[in-house]
Amino acid sequence: MRKAKSPAAADNGIDEALVTSAAEERVSVATQWQLMWWRFRKHRLAMISGVVILAFYLVAIFADFLAYADPQSTEAFRSLIAPQPIHFFDEGRFSPHVFALIGKRDPRTFKRVYEPDPEQKVPLRFFAEGYEYKFLGIFRTNRHLIGVDGGNAEELIFLLGTDQLGRDLWSRLMIACRLSLTIGLAGVTLSLVLGVLLGGISGLYGGAIDTLIQRVIEILRSIPTIPLWMGLAAAMPRDWGVVQVYFAITVILSLIGWTDLARVVRGRFLALREEDFVLAAELAGVSQMRIILRHMAPSFLSHIIAATTLALPNMIISETALSFLGLGLRPPAVSWGVLLQDAQNIQTVALSPWLLSAALPVVVVILAFNFLGDGLRDAADPYG
Amino acid sequence: MRMVVPLLEVRNLQRFFPIRKGLLRRIVGQVRAVDDISFHINKGETLSLVGESGCGKTTTARCILRALKPTSGEVLFQTAEGEVVDTAELPKAALKPFRHQMQMIFQDPFSSLNPRMTVFDIVAEPLLASGVKSREQRRRRVEELLELVRLRPEFMQRFPHAFSGGQRQRIGIARALALNPSLIVADEPVSALDVSVQAQILNLMLDLQDELGLTYLFVAHDLSVVKHISDRVAVMYVGKIVEIAETKTLFKAPKHPYTEALLSAVPKPDPRRRSERIVLQGEVADPAHPPSGCYFHPRCAHAIDRCKTETPSLEEIQPGQFVSCHRAREISLNGVEAQGNGMTIG
Amino acid sequence: MADQIARANGQPPMLTVEGLKTYFFTDEGTVRAVDGASFEVQAGKTVGIVGESGCGKSVTALSILRIVERPGRIVAGQILLRRPNAKAPVDLALLEAEGAEIRAIRGGEIALVFQEPMTSFSPHYTIGNQIVETIQLHQDVGKEEARNRTIELLRMVGIPNPERRIDEYPFELSGGLRQRMMIAMALSCNPKILIADEPTTALDVTTQAQILDLLRDIQQRTQMSVIIITHDMGVIAEMTDDVIVMYLGRVVESGPVDEIFHQPKHPYTQALLRSIPSIFAEPRTKLPTIAGSIPHPHNRPTGCPFHPRCAEAMPGICDRHEPRLRPISEAHFASCFLYHEPEAAPPS
Repeated sequence: MRKAKSPAAADNGIDEALVTSAAEERVSVATQWQLMWWRFRKHRLAMISGVVILAFYLVAIFADFLAYADPQSTEAFRSLIAPQPIHFFDEGRFSPHVFALIGKRDPRTFKRVYEPDPEQKVPLRFFAEGYEYKFLGIFRTNRHLIGVDGGNAEELIFLLGTDQLGRDLWSRLMIACRLSLTIGLAGVTLSLVLGVLLGGISGLYGGAIDTLIQRVIEILRSIPTIPLWMGLAAAMPRDWGVVQVYFAITVILSLIGWTDLARVVRGRFLALREEDFVLAAELAGVSQMRIILRHMAPSFLSHIIAATTLALPNMIISETALSFLGLGLRPPAVSWGVLLQDAQNIQTVALSPWLLSAALPVVVVILAFNFLGDGLRDAADPYG
Repeated sequence: MRMVVPLLEVRNLQRFFPIRKGLLRRIVGQVRAVDDISFHINKGETLSLVGESGCGKTTTARCILRALKPTSGEVLFQTAEGEVVDTAELPKAALKPFRHQMQMIFQDPFSSLNPRMTVFDIVAEPLLASGVKSREQRRRRVEELLELVRLRPEFMQRFPHAFSGGQRQRIGIARALALNPSLIVADEPVSALDVSVQAQILNLMLDLQDELGLTYLFVAHDLSVVKHISDRVAVMYVGKIVEIAETKTLFKAPKHPYTEALLSAVPKPDPRRRSERIVLQGEVADPAHPPSGCYFHPRCAHAIDRCKTETPSLEEIQPGQFVSCHRAREISLNGVEAQGNGMTIG
Repeated sequence: MADQIARANGQPPMLTVEGLKTYFFTDEGTVRAVDGASFEVQAGKTVGIVGESGCGKSVTALSILRIVERPGRIVAGQILLRRPNAKAPVDLALLEAEGAEIRAIRGGEIALVFQEPMTSFSPHYTIGNQIVETIQLHQDVGKEEARNRTIELLRMVGIPNPERRIDEYPFELSGGLRQRMMIAMALSCNPKILIADEPTTALDVTTQAQILDLLRDIQQRTQMSVIIITHDMGVIAEMTDDVIVMYLGRVVESGPVDEIFHQPKHPYTQALLRSIPSIFAEPRTKLPTIAGSIPHPHNRPTGCPFHPRCAEAMPGICDRHEPRLRPISEAHFASCFLYHEPEAAPPS
């Protein structure tokens, strides 16, 4: 399987029989990103997680379309309805429908109870009309994935039941995706920029600047977050909306949260500065800027992507946790944490367990992000 | 024919590393990594710096390339234009015009090539940095260079991970040659390679020297390798040169007891030569706390009282052989005879 | 090889390795790290295993001690250890890798000295503690006696002030002293066989000379068998009685050290000996080289693994048939078609 030798090689008998099967050839010319992708692909769980996360963000984008009831419309007569099963077939024909509910008051407990009436079938329509919303903030529409004839889905469909105020839980969950999945992004991005910048400066220049940045990092890391969060929540201007306040707080927190990434970046810079190939570039007269961009940055870019992926679930968890405690988002904002706030007392958990359904997407997304991050981290250094 | 013009002259080179301690990083001492050494390299020759780890040979090499700034001393380099410049003194910006005339070959063929760049990008980078704008021109030059180091130019779109250690070392050599340097500093270029590949690289370096008139500063710890490539050899011990001489002289008739011990310690690849070796007692001295007088005296079999107090200086014992030993003229030491390969294949 | 075992020199060998195959099952494919290695170690002799990277010399040592890490495992072969009080030798390849029996042998009858002594000691305990612990693990002695024996050992391996050094931590010692400590630890249970895997590669020349001297001295005093694994032909020539030359997982040649160096039979051994830089060479002379480089273990050539680099390769034979290790003279073996005819049918 030896290839013909080139003339220069032949007289020395030096040049080798470089293996050149198609697969080998492919690996030989593979870039860093291709190698990473090949390695990442082998990580089953991470691949699946990637798809799951993608699906969640698609839900966030199409939240209004997937919802069928106005998430803010309240109605005392629909309070705490249990999830309602969908029947897909009617007398052997595909015709999805739900049974209409008849609300009564229990004469002994005075609680509202709902009973399905099998005689009254409510057919579900796809791409039906419902409440009006602005799709992607661009154009107005009232189309939804599912609905009923006449457009009053609020009164008839309760796929995941309703809360105390009679708001449809399914629709609220869809809408909540939007805030929960995006509100931390700005914070993470800001942390990323600050971390890379300050970590880079610290690692690259060293000396007094490095010492200063490192001391600042140590001070920032010693600040406890929960009291700070409470203080900030109280200090925000009163006329700001809840989402605005929360956004401002995440941004402020990201001013503290860049320290981890900065340390990673600094460490990489310090290690890379000692690499032989960096010295070789210096000796060849390559400019400092090009050394950073061409030689140093690519070798930790992948690490940063992995670190960011692992930072995102933190942001989701903290939104959920803080909102649950009443420190983060508050109604009328709709987020997973806000939804879970309704499930705070034992009574609701015992009598209306469907209120806990917001916990499921939290768990799934956090796990998916962590698996994805693990996969990315393993694939990040294909030369390791 | 080789001309005898010093391409590089090192005078009283010193490089100390501060030892810092405590919260305020106060300097509490100094490691005298390179401690007042002088030597020269003629155009077209190979000078080897040999010694054990921590003797300062790599630090010396890096000071010459100005990858490290010397603490004091002069590094006089004759540029291609015929000027003599002191690279130890110049600020980094002023070095740029002739820095490409000194290049380096690294020990580790894995860490010295950026794994994220293709062979073409690696070898062409110095060209790009020196302002060769046309990609076509760069491509032709890279082809030329790869052929020079006996690699197939078709492979230039490949990434380093597709190559073996020996091939990577060739790529590193091609990069070093890109800008037609006059001086190549090779820091242990074969010590990370497999035995059967070492010879290929050594031969290549000898060929390139003849073809391109290169001058080598060859840093190594392996005396067998050094013998194959050098015209002259300088032996270092704890930051100082203890002996410098022509290769043949140094191996045959060493004048410094440390050189003798080094030669004797090399395992000889011939079971019939299992000889009585000189085994040095104790350990290499700590360059942060060197002994008094001659640094070698605690391990030296020939040491006298004078060696404990008085630091010897490098003196010319006979033409071309400089030794730093008080007793160099009195004692007689054993070297190794050149006897072909010492083996009969049959 | 049966004929190899039948070597007529009185005593049966201490250790016989027979057709050992250790493969690594990775995602990219199977790496045949050791692919049919056979050799024997006589009591009181020093055997050298020499070869370049990827030849399987270290994996052979790890296989003998049964410490091959996943995804590697022994897939075939025997490792017969003759034990003093047993009638039949025990086959180490059949023992349970984490079982009590192999653990008693490991560190007891067979000891190992690594290339990098720093990683073989725990940084949290003094060296003395670790050696005392090893002694107590394998022998029924009290703490005081174990400590005295440790001091004795440290003195034996040439450590100055052993009474004081015993209480030092690994990082406080230089590379040479750490390697002496490592040897002391290996010797602590009076092993019958000492395996030294690149024992001097990380050391400077003068320190290497000290350690080699020490190993030779101890071997003469204790009359144990030593297996030295190295890539350095110089070390082999200085230290060993018998030599095993490996290439890509195969033993290509084995025999007494003098014959290997002065009458090498296998083209690889011949070429390797010619190509090593020698201190006896004339300055500035070119060396004969071996063409090409060692193939990646995933791309093992067919037939004789050396044939693509071999100057004497015979097309149609060497690239199609696998040579066997065959006797050249009484104790000298080579695996090459220059010395034996290929079997009739090419292996599938």
